[in-house]
Amino acid sequence: MNTPSNTLPESFGSQGTASTALSATRPFYWSLRRELWEYRSIYLAPLAIAGVILLGFMFALISLPHTMRTLSSLDPEHQRSALAHPYDVAGGLIMGAAFLVSFFYSIDTLYGERRDRSIFFWKSLPVSDLTTVLAKASIPLLVLPTVAFVITVVTQSIMLLLSSVLLLASGLSVATLWSQLELYQTLLMLLYHLVTVHMLWYAPIYAWLLLVSAWARRTPFLWAILPPLAVGIFEKVAFHSSHFAALVGYRFSGGAAAVASMQGDFPIHAGMHLTPGKFLSSPGLWFGLAVAAIFLAAAVRLRRYREPI
Amino acid sequence: MKVIEARGLRKAFGATIALDGVDLSVEEGRILGLIGPNGAGKSTALNAILGLTPYQGQLRVLGRDPWTERDQLMRDVCFIADVAVLPRWMRVSQALDYVAGVHPRFDRAKAEGFLAKTDIHRASKIRELSKGMVTQLHLALVMAIDARLLVLDEPTLGLDILYRKQFYDSLLNDYFDRNRTIVVTTHQVEDVQHVLTDLMFINRGRIVLNCSMEEFESRYLEVAVRPEQVPAARALQPIHERQVLGRSILLFDLKSDRKSDHVDPQQLAALGDVRTPSIADLFVAVMGNKPGNQAGEAPRNYEGGAQ
Repeated sequence: MNTPSNTLPESFGSQGTASTALSATRPFYWSLRRELWEYRSIYLAPLAIAGVILLGFMFALISLPHTMRTLSSLDPEHQRSALAHPYDVAGGLIMGAAFLVSFFYSIDTLYGERRDRSIFFWKSLPVSDLTTVLAKASIPLLVLPTVAFVITVVTQSIMLLLSSVLLLASGLSVATLWSQLELYQTLLMLLYHLVTVHMLWYAPIYAWLLLVSAWARRTPFLWAILPPLAVGIFEKVAFHSSHFAALVGYRFSGGAAAVASMQGDFPIHAGMHLTPGKFLSSPGLWFGLAVAAIFLAAAVRLRRYREPI
Repeated sequence: MKVIEARGLRKAFGATIALDGVDLSVEEGRILGLIGPNGAGKSTALNAILGLTPYQGQLRVLGRDPWTERDQLMRDVCFIADVAVLPRWMRVSQALDYVAGVHPRFDRAKAEGFLAKTDIHRASKIRELSKGMVTQLHLALVMAIDARLLVLDEPTLGLDILYRKQFYDSLLNDYFDRNRTIVVTTHQVEDVQHVLTDLMFINRGRIVLNCSMEEFESRYLEVAVRPEQVPAARALQPIHERQVLGRSILLFDLKSDRKSDHVDPQQLAALGDVRTPSIADLFVAVMGNKPGNQAGEAPRNYEGGAQ
């Protein structure tokens, strides 16, 4: 990042011509980059989880040749799960880490810039509140699912590579492992899950957190949790019903019924039957996206009024 | 060309009135000092000008409505707010990258040039810099932007005298020209006395004095009156009187509306040593004579401003 001083005259020339060709997307691009500078946990947290998984996997590898030799005694379904289980767990954990980071990022970002007064610096530059809020919303909605996907692909590839090297070194064939894993299909499933659930279905959750983050003067976490809880309790006490709680629960469950028809215990696996048509025509999806749009619009408006706290 | 034009600018926070019908007009190429006690409405006025707070009344900055057009306005307006607001987690190089990325009028080489004169390293995080260095960095970023209006809200608060002097020196030597306009608020009025072209006193949301510095120098005179001349001097209705080392210092407004005939500078010269008062002394005199304040009640050492 450091520009050595002896290259100054050149950078001066290029800067002069570049500044005239500024496009409308540049403020968005740089807003996104600055989020990655500030919240390095966006990629460090999933990377750390991946590291821990790989470390644990290497210990588990010791028993792999034994598993392969006794594999033929198992029925096909158990053969698959015995080999594929660590890969499913790795994908699930990295995704879980990405979701946690998304949650805490969304609740902090618009609150943090007011707490450290840097909002005055951001507002002193020609970047609109809309661009800023959209850049911040893209972190949980686009960047983190992408980061989770890429890190999962790399992690699972390393796992497969390590297993293959070990099996070859033990004089065993890698054919069974490769055929049973169906890694390509699993990754496709993961991508489908990330797009449908994390990007689209969870959008109102992140938008709500961003809204609270823009609004709260203190303890945004409590403000995000307590009002929905209060509504649920009020409904329960006043009307003996729990429609609101069911609505929130349904949202967090990931709309699983609409995304895919389930079989087996693990949410994402190669045998899953995908139902994108059903998902795209579910009212829950469009209702959620509409709510997300309203929350984000409110967050944009709030940021205009907000001053440091 | 009017850079800032306000008519009846009002802003209330609940029952507190921060701006009470302010009329303001700033021409291009001026350096306006906005001086007032804490809570006088200075920052509120600046925030309204910068589109950071909604207001009532008419306000145009470079022909735009700051509240609805803040992002476009910030292409031509820069500001340094009252405390260090640069994000503490950011690296110096990232600050340069970011401003170069989002600001079409930022000249990175110029900013690098200003930074080369300081001890600031590109790889340092802003949290690792001293308060003076953070201000230097912010000034380097702002001076590298080809803006038409620069707003400074207490830019040198908490800095030692060397940094403060350097700050205004670079502003005048490396930045200011006839096409640019600067509005500055500060409590360290002695720092800006020879920097300003225009002076404005604000108190309780109202403008109580508004003049150019030429006007200031020709209109207000301070006389260290010889003891035997004090009664004669008092007869000329000074707006303020104070004692320094046993001598009476009387401040005269040569164009006061209260007097039927103006005081003659020749007349004053006969009474003692005549000089231009400091802004701080005039501030004490003007604020002390406002209704509700008793003359002489205002603190002598106005927020560190008075000598």
